[in-house]
Amino acid sequence: MTVNGWLQIVIFCALLIGLSPIVGGYLAKVYMGERVFLTPVFGWFERGLYRAFGVDAKREQDWKSYAKSLLLFSLAGWLILYLILRTQTLDPWNNYGGVKFYSAPWNVTFNTVSSFLTNTNWQYYSGEDTMTYVSQMLGLTVQQFCSSAVGIAVAVAMIRGIAGRSGKNLGNFYADVTRTILYVLLPMSFIAALVLVSQGVLQNLSHYTSVDGISGIAQTIAQGPVASMEAIKDLGSNGGGFFDVNASHPFENPNGFTNFFIVFMVLILPASLVWMYGRMVGSRRQALAIFTTMFVMWFGGVTVAYAAEAHGSPAQHAAGLHTQVIADSTGGNLEGKEQRFGIADSVLFDVSTTATSNGSVNSALESYTGLGGAVPFANLSASEVIWGGVGTGMYSILMYVILAVFIGGLMVGRTPEYLGKKIEAKEIKLVAIGLLITPLTALFATALAVASSAGRASIPSLAAGGPQAFSESFYAYLSQSNNNGSAFAGYDGYNNPNVGNLHSAGVTFADLLGGGVMLLARYAPILFALAIGGVLAGKRVSPVGLGTMRTDNGTFVVLLIGVIVLVGALTFFPALLLGPIVQALTGHLYS
Amino acid sequence: MSTPQATHERAAISLFRRDIVIRALLDSFKKLDPRVQVRNPVMFVVEIGAVITTVTWFIQLGGGKSLGGYEPSWFTFSIAIWLWLTVVFANMAEAFAEGRGRAQADTLRSMRKETMATMEDGTTRPAAELQRGDIVVVVAGELIPGDGTVIDGIATVDESAITGESAPVIRESGGDRSAVTGGTRVTSDRIVVEITQEPGKSFLDRMIALVEGAERRKTPNEIALNILLAGLTLIFMIVVATLRPFGLFAHTAISETALIALLVALIPTTIGALLSAIGIAGMDRLVRRNVLALSGRAVEASGDVDVLLLDKTGTITLGNRQASEFIPMPGVAEAELAEAAQLASLADETPEGRSIVVLAKQYGIREHDMSSGDATFVPFTAQTRMSGVDWNGKQLRKGAGDSVIAWVRDQGGEAPPELQAQLDRIGREGGTPLAVARDSQILGVVYLKDTIKEGMRERFDQLRAMGIRTVMVTGDNRLTAAKIAEESGVDDFLAEATPEAKLALIKEQQAGGRLVAMTGDGTNDAPALAQADVGVAMNTGTQAAREAGNMVDLDSNPTKLIEIVEVGKQLLITRGALTTFSIANDVAKYFAILPAIFVTTWAASHTSKSPLWVLNVMKLGNPQSAILSAIIFNAIVIPMLIPLSLRGVRYRPIGASALLRRNLWIYGLGGIIAPFVGIKAIDLIVHNLLGG
Repeated sequence: MTVNGWLQIVIFCALLIGLSPIVGGYLAKVYMGERVFLTPVFGWFERGLYRAFGVDAKREQDWKSYAKSLLLFSLAGWLILYLILRTQTLDPWNNYGGVKFYSAPWNVTFNTVSSFLTNTNWQYYSGEDTMTYVSQMLGLTVQQFCSSAVGIAVAVAMIRGIAGRSGKNLGNFYADVTRTILYVLLPMSFIAALVLVSQGVLQNLSHYTSVDGISGIAQTIAQGPVASMEAIKDLGSNGGGFFDVNASHPFENPNGFTNFFIVFMVLILPASLVWMYGRMVGSRRQALAIFTTMFVMWFGGVTVAYAAEAHGSPAQHAAGLHTQVIADSTGGNLEGKEQRFGIADSVLFDVSTTATSNGSVNSALESYTGLGGAVPFANLSASEVIWGGVGTGMYSILMYVILAVFIGGLMVGRTPEYLGKKIEAKEIKLVAIGLLITPLTALFATALAVASSAGRASIPSLAAGGPQAFSESFYAYLSQSNNNGSAFAGYDGYNNPNVGNLHSAGVTFADLLGGGVMLLARYAPILFALAIGGVLAGKRVSPVGLGTMRTDNGTFVVLLIGVIVLVGALTFFPALLLGPIVQALTGHLYS
Repeated sequence: MSTPQATHERAAISLFRRDIVIRALLDSFKKLDPRVQVRNPVMFVVEIGAVITTVTWFIQLGGGKSLGGYEPSWFTFSIAIWLWLTVVFANMAEAFAEGRGRAQADTLRSMRKETMATMEDGTTRPAAELQRGDIVVVVAGELIPGDGTVIDGIATVDESAITGESAPVIRESGGDRSAVTGGTRVTSDRIVVEITQEPGKSFLDRMIALVEGAERRKTPNEIALNILLAGLTLIFMIVVATLRPFGLFAHTAISETALIALLVALIPTTIGALLSAIGIAGMDRLVRRNVLALSGRAVEASGDVDVLLLDKTGTITLGNRQASEFIPMPGVAEAELAEAAQLASLADETPEGRSIVVLAKQYGIREHDMSSGDATFVPFTAQTRMSGVDWNGKQLRKGAGDSVIAWVRDQGGEAPPELQAQLDRIGREGGTPLAVARDSQILGVVYLKDTIKEGMRERFDQLRAMGIRTVMVTGDNRLTAAKIAEESGVDDFLAEATPEAKLALIKEQQAGGRLVAMTGDGTNDAPALAQADVGVAMNTGTQAAREAGNMVDLDSNPTKLIEIVEVGKQLLITRGALTTFSIANDVAKYFAILPAIFVTTWAASHTSKSPLWVLNVMKLGNPQSAILSAIIFNAIVIPMLIPLSLRGVRYRPIGASALLRRNLWIYGLGGIIAPFVGIKAIDLIVHNLLGG
């Protein structure tokens, strides 16, 4: 570990802690329908949209109606995206380095569409070999905006239920999505894209160029509208990169500054949503408790991973290789990491993106040391509540909060209540099932993949067996269940021998199972989150007294972390044993 | 917390009484009936596991193989036995909790004798045939044939059958002491009673049903907790179900016995086994304090109470006024006034009168020898509102201010102007002034104070620390009420309270989201008792009050509300603590069972152990002893915790945050550590028995 590395991490934390409350305050204004400085700019457009689509933004919806609109919106988005991706041959400028891009087969497209609809951005395809500019811009990037907006809308609706003092309404879904895109995602992405472009990130519709490499062999350099996708990819915890190698590609993430900037974009909205929550329920301290919980768990992950990677891998030590910090090298385990980022920035990036359901990576997770690689696993096992995805992190941790309140609340001798609202059978039922879905999909999908003959036959590494294959499969389904999208490599659902999808074939088993898992693990918890908001909305509020369990102090933070860790650990520990833990114990790298 | 006013506590029936133990043991096996178990999802899963392992054992005995293929049959047998024992232990917890109540019910039942009722017209009829509205006559020595209201007469009644209190109580027609309970005995005089119960639905019948738990239904919080436990069970079923395919991928066939052992170890069996016992024990703790909760829901609600409405008289104050000061008129010595007051009170046997005599002694005035002169006592009457003595030619009187003034005027005297000022001041301060006169002269005023019970301020402080607001309800005027409220330390007061005002106060508090508890005895309390979340009716009260409340206090002690709240809190804390303990236990069980299951997984060679075996941090002897030890620990922790769940985790009024921290340390951290120690200890024994 280096002073420089730690300095960057500390500055990063300071910026996050300093700026997220400000953004959070802005978000609260947006969702409480107050006037913000962008209202004069977009207000007329917003009203025009409502008129055009016949939406009465003032008409509040109960949770069922809200959910219905959400599902309808998502279904329409799914169909449109599928149509766009399957009609690539019709796209204009369809000439990429002399190659025409056909559409990927139906099964891969099913997986990709489901992936982008659910904010997962699991990518079996590689962007520069598969997707036309039309698909990237009008298809995938549009869904990156929409799916993030849906996530935030669900969080906002659930919070309205928790904060609600009367009635059962949670707001208007269409208004929430529209306002999210107009007042939050679009302006922030616009600025972020400009910053990225200033650092050398591409933004063009040029033809792929051909140059001779150092070795004299001609190389095709992919081009494209990268910055516009990169911005929302990071802000919206999407993670689906323009290029195959995602944020380790120099056109996506050219230097240390963009790396730092990207991680900040990844965390700023999930962190700000916590402060927004505080504003909406009228208590900064409640927000501080949740913020602290997330921060402690995230910072712990960064520290562990940084220490593990800086220490170097057992293989390096066994071979007697130098792992110390020396001039021009940060030492440690640099396998699979970009030299221009080094260890601190790689770790900060990957820990943050696996914690936030972003899933973009700037270094290869499978090349991490046993312990360092355990951090992404742990982040995923915690069900995306360490910041989590935009909105998803907030509504998921609120489910854990309710669970912690229920167990802890009993121990102070009252029937449990959260912010004055009693947590009773109905809420517990919804929380218990809501929290059950991710383990269910992750474990069952992994079991199907590793134990069924169809599953094993479909993936080359699985046919070979061994702990690494298990890690890859388990990570794949854990990632898709958590709508994260990061991968431990090796696990493939698409075979594209030539650029442009000619003669390509999808692995139907992996594509459909993964797509199904993503859809189920996204929409089922959303329904439960909305239902919880709906049930809580109409509840009588008891005043807080000395006998009430406080949910805004250190004890509660400890309890909440305990519940998250215990539930996550107890659910996934047996599976983790067979993959990452056995690998860590045998002292091998992940490759 | 100690109660300032001693509570009559029923002797706890020992858990280890022979008949209770035998019956509980028998019941533990009877409850193995799946139709009983299915109500408890956690234990039902254990029972199914026990059945499967037993079947596997038989298959092995018949020469078949388990799914794992390698386990010896004795291992399957041992696991099966301990799984059955786990269910039996859970049943035992419930059976013991029920046993105590049943023993109490039996005692009560023995009192429900067949009596003949004498009707108004002199005919007799079996008590069981009495209808609501029948009029019966009961004379000294007879049992009252049914619940009813005294409509004529006054009598002393021995209610020890119900209350356990041997001193007879007075029951009379009219007023708030008119209710009589079937099965109690009239010890003097004769009363006419109108029966108010339907046949077979007497108070005694209800009491028997309650302590027996015959009508026990799951309370709302119990249902919620059960759902959580079912949810956790479901998660662990998914974990265990997928472990088999995972194992196969790693070339490890995990047997059904090992999988079931893992599942049972992980699901929250401890709390699942003890949950219903905790609920029954909570009701039982109230019964032992002579409180009958008519529903478990009411007990639970009492833990949530935010506001206590307390009647001033009898709860906050002693209810009788005590002399605290002599205030002489100008030109009169204090001792002179004290002496006159004492003389005037000598024959006054009321607590007020006695307190004047006691106070006068502090002025060095000895009791006069009344035989030395010619003394004629003048008793208090409602007309004169005075009492006193004519002694050695002097007329001494004490009484209400205006009465005494009128009397003095009749004697030709005049009241000094200072008198009215003093009378007004004392009234303002919440006291009662008594004027004292000798012949035509008014000597001064005795200040009678309504004394606040000792320790009330501390008690209210404790309640405040518990997060409970206290509101004093009194018929006094605002000034008086404010004064007493301030002196006693109560948070708020309702002065000049009418039944309507009381009801309105409760509704207002409830509209603010607060849960309200109150006590009451009079018929006019009934609407408020019914409206309150926890309404405790005094047993001495009217039938209407007893029917409106959701608890009845057989001791008729209003201070008991505070204990009821504690019992409610204790009940919830015990549930939460054991849930936390149960879940925290899982960590150690993983470290015991998983290395054992994966002992050969991805081992370097056929003779070496899996790299995962280093996770056997407890250094348990061998895989089979490790799994068995975890299951044995899981089973025996249930009977070990039965006493705690019946007694309840102690409640301390130290504020919610401190309480949570404390319980997290004990049951959270303790719950993580305890099984490491326990499983290791059991393994040392098991492993040695297996021959090392």
